[in-house]
Amino acid sequence: MGTPLLSVENVTVSFNGFNALDGMSLHLMPTSIRVLIGPNGAGKSTLLDTIIGHVRPSAGRVVFKGHEITRMDEYKIVRRGICRKFQAPGILDNLTVAENLNLAARRHRECWRSFSVGLNKEVRAQVERVLTLVGLNDRKHALAGQLSHGQKQWLEIGMVVASDAELLLLDEPAAGMSHDESAQTAALIRELAKQHSLLVIDHDMAFVDQLDAPVSVMHMGRMLREGTLEEIRNDPQIAAVYLGRVKEVSVA
Amino acid sequence: MKKWSALSLDIVLLAALALAPLYLSAYHLSLLGRFLALAVLSLGISVIWGWGGILSLGQGVFWGLGAYVLAMHLKLTGLAPGDLPDFMMWSGLDHLPAWWKIFEHPAVAIAGVVVIPTIAGGLLAWLVFNRRVSGVYFSLLTQALALAFSTLLISQQAYTGGFNGLTDFSTILGHPMIDPGFQRNIYWITLGVLVLASIACRWLTHTAFGRVLVAIRDGESRVRFLGYHPAAYKTIAFAFGAMLAGISGALYVVHVGVISPAMVGVIPSIEMVIAVAVGGRSSLTGVVLGTLLVNFGKDWISSAMPEMWQLAMGALFILVVTALPQGLAGIPGLVEKLVLWSKGKREAKMADQPAIALVEKD
Repeated sequence: MGTPLLSVENVTVSFNGFNALDGMSLHLMPTSIRVLIGPNGAGKSTLLDTIIGHVRPSAGRVVFKGHEITRMDEYKIVRRGICRKFQAPGILDNLTVAENLNLAARRHRECWRSFSVGLNKEVRAQVERVLTLVGLNDRKHALAGQLSHGQKQWLEIGMVVASDAELLLLDEPAAGMSHDESAQTAALIRELAKQHSLLVIDHDMAFVDQLDAPVSVMHMGRMLREGTLEEIRNDPQIAAVYLGRVKEVSVA
Repeated sequence: MKKWSALSLDIVLLAALALAPLYLSAYHLSLLGRFLALAVLSLGISVIWGWGGILSLGQGVFWGLGAYVLAMHLKLTGLAPGDLPDFMMWSGLDHLPAWWKIFEHPAVAIAGVVVIPTIAGGLLAWLVFNRRVSGVYFSLLTQALALAFSTLLISQQAYTGGFNGLTDFSTILGHPMIDPGFQRNIYWITLGVLVLASIACRWLTHTAFGRVLVAIRDGESRVRFLGYHPAAYKTIAFAFGAMLAGISGALYVVHVGVISPAMVGVIPSIEMVIAVAVGGRSSLTGVVLGTLLVNFGKDWISSAMPEMWQLAMGALFILVVTALPQGLAGIPGLVEKLVLWSKGKREAKMADQPAIALVEKD
C-alpha cells in the first residue's frame, strides 16, 4: 500500500450550528476513481468545497501529496494540482471552446507572468490533446455558450483535465446527459484514471455502474460505507438510509 | 477585413487629430486639447470596465490626485523663493508643509502624477477585491470615496485651497503658460500621451492578462478554480486605470489652469463613466470618440442653455443604455446587420421572382 494522494481526516464543517460534514474521512490513491454517493444533503458537495478550499473546516485536516492544504486559498490549492468541475457547467460562454481550454491549460497563472502575447507550444499541444480526448475537435472555434448541454459538460471536464491537475473532482459529470452521452462520459473518466485520480459525485446508478470503481456512501456528513457497487446495493442499512429519506420527503 | 476597417478608422482619427492645429481656431484647439486629456482617463475606464467588468464611480479621485499633484508644482514654481502660496498665507500658515515642498522639483511632480494615483488605486483595489467585494457594492464604495475626497479637499482650506482649489499658474518648466506657441505644444504633448496610452491599452488587452481579465469578468469563480487569483488581476487593471486617470488629470490642469474639488467629486466621476458608455466601453477607439463627442456636446449645450446640460446628459445616458448598449462602437455592427437584413429581404424577393415568372410562362 502506497501513500494516498489525498487524505481527508476527520473533517467537520458547520453552517450556523448545522454540521454539513461531521468527522468525515476519505483516502484516495494515485490514478484511481472513487465514486461518492449519498442522499441529498449528505454533504457530498460540501466535501468537494472543503477539499478545494471554498469552505473552511472547523476541525480536521486535508492533506494532498503530503502537504496540508486545509486553510489554503482556493487558487493556491488549484496550483498544487486539484481541479474541480462544478455541478452546473462553469464554462465561459463568451469565449470559444479553444479559448476556454487555453485559459485552463496555461502553466503560468500568476498575474505577473501574464504579460505576454500568444501561447507557447506546450499549451497549444495540451489543448489539442484535450480537444481530441473530449471529442470537441470540430467545435473548437464555436462559442462555448452555443454548445449543447452534454458538450458543455465535456468542455468543463476538458478544462479540468487541461489544467494538468493530478486530482480531478467531478460533481455530477453526467447530469442531464442522454444515455449514450453518459456512457461516453463514463468511458472518458475510465480513460482519465490512467493518469489522474478522480473523485466523482453522481446519483445515476447506471452511470456509476459503468465507472466500475469503488463507491463511498455518505450520510449526515459522515462516511457510512465503502465498497463495490454490488456490496453497497445489497447492504440493508444503506437501503434504509435512502428509503428513510424518501419517507421524509413524502411526509413533507 | 473587420480588423483592417477598425485600423483605418484609427488612422483617420489620428490624422484628423494631428492636423487639427491647421484647421481649428485657437479656442477650439484648446477645447480639443483638454478633451483629449480626458480621453486618456476614458481609456483607463475602458480597460477596467469594458474588459474587467469593474464599474468605478470614483475615477475623479485618481484623476484629482494627478491634477492636484501637478497643480501644487505649478503653484510653487510661480512663487518667489521663500514665499507661500496666497491661500496658505490667508489661512495663517507660516511655512510650507514638507509634502508640498517635495513637488517643487519637476521630476518629483511628474513621478508623483504617475505613481501616487497608481498606488492609491492599487491599494484600494487590493484591499477591496481580496475581500471579494464586487459589482454594485464596489461602484457604491468608489462613489462614496469620490464624495469623501472632494469633501476633504474643501475642508483642508489651508493645504488645498479649499473650495476654490488651486489656480493662477504662470509658468511650466520655465515656459509661460499663456503663450500661444505653448498652447500648441501642449496640444501635441497631450495627443502624444493619448497615442501612447492607447497603444499601452491595446497591448495590455491582447496579452494573456487581457484574456484572463475578460474571463474574470464573465466567470470569476470559474477562473479562480482554474488556479488564477482574480484579485491580483483586477488590482493590476484598476491600478493601471488609476494611473491613466492621474496622467489625464495632470494634463487637464495644464490645459485649463485650474483644479478645484467641484471637478473631482461625484458628478464629474459619473460624467467620466457616461462618456465611456456613449463611446462603447469595450472599444478603445470608441471611448476616445465618445469622450470628444460628450464633452463638445457639453460645451455647446451648456453655453447655449446652461441649465439643460445635466438633463441632456441623463437623456443621452438612458438612450445609450437602452438603444445602443455598445455605444458608438456598436453602430457599425448595427449597420452591418441592417444591410444584411435588407440584402436578405432583396434576395428573398429575387428568389421568389423566377417562380412567379415560371408560373406566368405556363
